[in-house]
Amino acid sequence: MNASNYVVLSAVLFSIGAVGVLIRRNALVVFMCVELMLNASNLAFVTFARTTGTLDGQVTAFFVMVVAAAEVVVGLAIIMMIYRSRRSASVDDASLLKL
Amino acid sequence: MSGEAWTFWIVAPLTVLGGLGLVMSRKAVHSALWLAVTMIGLAVLYIAQDAPFLGVVQVIVYTGAVMMLFLFVIMLVGVDASDSLVETLRGQRVAALLAGSGLAVVLVTAVTRSILGAPVDGATLAPVGNVEGLADLIFSDYLFAFEVTSALLITAAVGALVLTLQPRAARRRSQRELAAERFRPEDGDFSMAAGLPTPGVLARHNAVGTPALLPDGTPSELSYSRVLQARQSLAEAADGVDEPLPTDEGEELTSDERPADGGERE
Repeated sequence: MNASNYVVLSAVLFSIGAVGVLIRRNALVVFMCVELMLNASNLAFVTFARTTGTLDGQVTAFFVMVVAAAEVVVGLAIIMMIYRSRRSASVDDASLLKL
Repeated sequence: MSGEAWTFWIVAPLTVLGGLGLVMSRKAVHSALWLAVTMIGLAVLYIAQDAPFLGVVQVIVYTGAVMMLFLFVIMLVGVDASDSLVETLRGQRVAALLAGSGLAVVLVTAVTRSILGAPVDGATLAPVGNVEGLADLIFSDYLFAFEVTSALLITAAVGALVLTLQPRAARRRSQRELAAERFRPEDGDFSMAAGLPTPGVLARHNAVGTPALLPDGTPSELSYSRVLQARQSLAEAADGVDEPLPTDEGEELTSDERPADGGERE
């Protein structure tokens, strides 16, 4: 099967995630859309690993997963902190550097 | 069509559907579940592309750990917190949709016009096996990146702990101080030496939110958790009703839902 199908799917998922980041207000949903974009890039990495015939793409996707896991932990902690101080998880409300 | 093509054409629409559901759901919980659909679909696609290790890691790390973390935080932040439909910047949604579809068109055009090599099969990709091949690479060429990853992970864990740590409002009293308070009271009142009275367990109501009744039939404030009292008064303030604690009259004690109600509203 043609490998470009997978890359097209990856591009479509990436665009959906980008649109989500732009139009959603809830910080958690914005964060999930970023995860969708990371996943889409992983799919492209795996597909390119297959077309180039080496495993380097899969190793890169693996590292992306690790970094994404660390990013989720810290990001959710920040969202929790903002929620505690402002009682809101909306990205519009966090418009000042301090309360 | 080959088996791989069948898999792709069944799973790919599902992943796109999951992505659209993620963006369009009003509630954050629904978004999280749609994202889980997308992630499982991607795991299937990884396995179909001779990357079984990544497929399994995708299910365990993303669908298992990351999505559960998201759901935990959604439950903490409030399930019913849905997006407002008010646009902060006028026309931002339309502009974002246009920009997003533009991005999709550019990316898809670039991909379809580019020349990708023919996909190789799994045996060529990793002659010794997928996991063994990945391990060979990670522990040779990518060893430094792998070690840095461990530092990153521990930094992230410590960072999350530091960020979410809540300082105690009051100093924690030691067991010694608590015991001294009970058995060597300053006012000489030893009535609490045997501990506070337990919550009332009655024939028709045995919730922990029920106060014990004193011999004269009045409820004992001491038998009732202060947390539950605060929750109940919060719930009553929200309802605008000012109910007293349940008394010894049978019909009032049947109100099973009251303590549970206060708990849910927290």
